[in-house]
Amino acid sequence: MMADQPTTLWEVFIRARNGVSHRHAGSVHASDAEMALQAARDVYTRRGEGLSIWVVPSAAIVASDPSDKDSLFEPTGSKIYRHPTFYEVPDEVGNM
Amino acid sequence: MYSQALNTSPSVADTSEAATRFQKRIDAEVRIEPNDAMPEAYRRTLIRQISQHAHSEIVGMLPEGNWITRAPSLRRKAALLAKVQDEGGHGLYLYAAAETLGVSREELVDQLLTGRAKYSSIFNYPTLSWADIGTIGWLVDGAAIMNQIPLCRCSYGPYARAMIRICKEESFHQRQGFEIMLTLCRGTVEQKAMAQDALNRWWWPCLMMFGPPDTQSQHSDSSMRWKIKRFTNDSLRQKFVDATVPQGLHLGLTFPDASLRFDEPSGHWEFGEIDWDEFRRVLAGDGPCNRERLSVRRKAHDDGAWVREAAHAWAAKQTVSREAA
Repeated sequence: MMADQPTTLWEVFIRARNGVSHRHAGSVHASDAEMALQAARDVYTRRGEGLSIWVVPSAAIVASDPSDKDSLFEPTGSKIYRHPTFYEVPDEVGNM
Repeated sequence: MYSQALNTSPSVADTSEAATRFQKRIDAEVRIEPNDAMPEAYRRTLIRQISQHAHSEIVGMLPEGNWITRAPSLRRKAALLAKVQDEGGHGLYLYAAAETLGVSREELVDQLLTGRAKYSSIFNYPTLSWADIGTIGWLVDGAAIMNQIPLCRCSYGPYARAMIRICKEESFHQRQGFEIMLTLCRGTVEQKAMAQDALNRWWWPCLMMFGPPDTQSQHSDSSMRWKIKRFTNDSLRQKFVDATVPQGLHLGLTFPDASLRFDEPSGHWEFGEIDWDEFRRVLAGDGPCNRERLSVRRKAHDDGAWVREAAHAWAAKQTVSREAA
């Protein structure tokens, strides 16, 4: 038996309710966008998980390389002055 | 639903520097994500385990799907339909998790249909009466949950995330099964006998779902070390027995095991010898329904071929007309 012709992979993003952003829920296979939306609805929203769905062809996503992790994200580790707790405010001044 | 510890992996000790670094990350409970470096054996073990788990969900739809049209009420029918639909969904979450490791969906489906891949032995037993549907929900899904909860903390991120979703959805499966049993046990003498008969047939195969005893399972070492698996087969089996026996007694049913007794000092239920020859026979393809399950899956796949072809043709046509416009 020959394996079937591959079907496009799509990433599924769901907005759980208004006021929050779409979040990655998983992926589905479908040959076109309309079927991908339908499959995402069936696979990822069987219990009222969402109000809005995005589907994006997985191949369209540009991702950072895990091996670049250090050069991309490490530099911020030492920049503690970007956080409010770096600065001193006397207790008697109260919340700021 | 669940694929038991068919999930074996070679216990090769990789002492390379990369492997040591990987093990350090695992020990520090750092989750591994798809594009991270990982030992080949870790990748292979996960592809095998996750895909067997996915196949089990898909084949697991068959014994219950049989009963949808014969459910005794609309309420039961709606619940069973939702449960079987969930299992289809669970199979799809798991296939997607396996694909992040570099294997294609088509390849995985092909492995199942050609009989090269294994799935849980439990689905090779027949569902003879409506009480079997209750028993499957109560016991098979109960055993599955026992197995799956620790997998929510599996070291591989996509598998753990799929398991969290599955566990959340699956607790209804067990409860609806128990409710069916409760209704039968409170019903007529015949209905209660039906429930007892189903328990008699399913109890031992359910205990086998946890896989061979720890003394015989030489393969779980690396899975434990990699934190793919967090408890041994025997410890999960014992947990299941301890949780389930009081539920069965509440139903007024008798377990088909003369050696079953509560051991006061340890606080555990002791149970009799499991027939491991039967387990191996069913796993090797010689259970009551192995051939039927695979032939039904193959037929469904073949019957759907024209739909897949049409969808591909339609997508190609749309692309052409978009480019022309």
